[in-house]
Amino acid sequence: MINMIWAGMLLIGLIYAGVNGTMAEVTESVFTGAKEAVTICIGLISVLTFWLGLMKVAEAAGLLKALAKMVHPLARRLFPEVPKDHPAMGYILSNMTANVFGLGNAATPMGIKAMEELKRLNGGKEEASRSMVTLLALNTACLTLVPTTVISIRMSYGSAAPTDIVSTTILASGCAMLGAICIDRLFYMRRARKERKKK
Amino acid sequence: MTYLTSLSVWLIPLLIGFVVLVASFKRVPTYETFVSGAKEGFSMAVSIIPYLVGMLVAIYVFRASGAMDALVGAMAPVLSWVGIPADIVPLALMRPISGTGALGLMTDLTAVHGPDSYIGRLAATLQGSTDTTFYILTVYFGAVGIKKMGDALKVGLLADLVGMIAAVVVVSLVFG
Repeated sequence: MINMIWAGMLLIGLIYAGVNGTMAEVTESVFTGAKEAVTICIGLISVLTFWLGLMKVAEAAGLLKALAKMVHPLARRLFPEVPKDHPAMGYILSNMTANVFGLGNAATPMGIKAMEELKRLNGGKEEASRSMVTLLALNTACLTLVPTTVISIRMSYGSAAPTDIVSTTILASGCAMLGAICIDRLFYMRRARKERKKK
Repeated sequence: MTYLTSLSVWLIPLLIGFVVLVASFKRVPTYETFVSGAKEGFSMAVSIIPYLVGMLVAIYVFRASGAMDALVGAMAPVLSWVGIPADIVPLALMRPISGTGALGLMTDLTAVHGPDSYIGRLAATLQGSTDTTFYILTVYFGAVGIKKMGDALKVGLLADLVGMIAAVVVVSLVFG
């Protein structure tokens, strides 16, 4: 599916540009897009390096294990493939916590680390496991308590109450998170049924 | 609410302090452990580059050609019929694709309609309650070399849709 979407965006864009006479803009966008991607990754170096270092210290101190143990009863239902006390659970939870508090740049390294552990649990396959899809769904639609960037933009435009969208954001993102969990489960059940039929 | 905002300012320093304190207490060689973990950061960031270049170029081409605007224009009447204001449609469509693009659109909506208008609040809630699905998918799966994504994209985009609908419903109930 990702191949189709990728090729689709490129081909539709190129054909549309040909018909619409925006080929010059498209040519330029190829290079700005590539440049933007590299800029993002270079920016990620500092963040990834710092947080991966700190996470290693947290792991060595046994904090990740303790965190995993604490919320195990709830997390076990969301990620049934992950064994108790496994470091993957600690990374997943650190990633979720960072997301909830709107610390976007801290969430990414922990998410990647969690994915790495989940891949190891899945026998190093190049295929996304059930838990990986769940983690991804939870990342795209996660409960947000403090939308820091949004609040600062509202402040700079002279809002009378820049934080009055916090309550609506909490409610809306909470619904999104519940929705994401349900959709994830539905797709998983559909997949499981297909596989049973094959056998 | 100011309590919540100041919490997010304190959270990172507190977290760093807590981790280092507990580790020192447990006699973990903190600095050496930090460095050994941090070493992975560079190669991890570099390994994401090809995935992100591929994805962003496709998105930029799609947007620069005008196809994105045409898609938004075609969808706006349908969406406004179900109660989603036409002004918000570009933001809703941009949100899963491009984080900086969505931030730009949200800032623009705030500037044009005012931060305390219905549209301004809806844009803020929408921006805060969903995330850049394509970016997360590319970066997370790219970094660990996942080639077959399974249902991840479908699930992520449907979750975004739920978030958008929830934002519209909640904002119209609270501020409408």
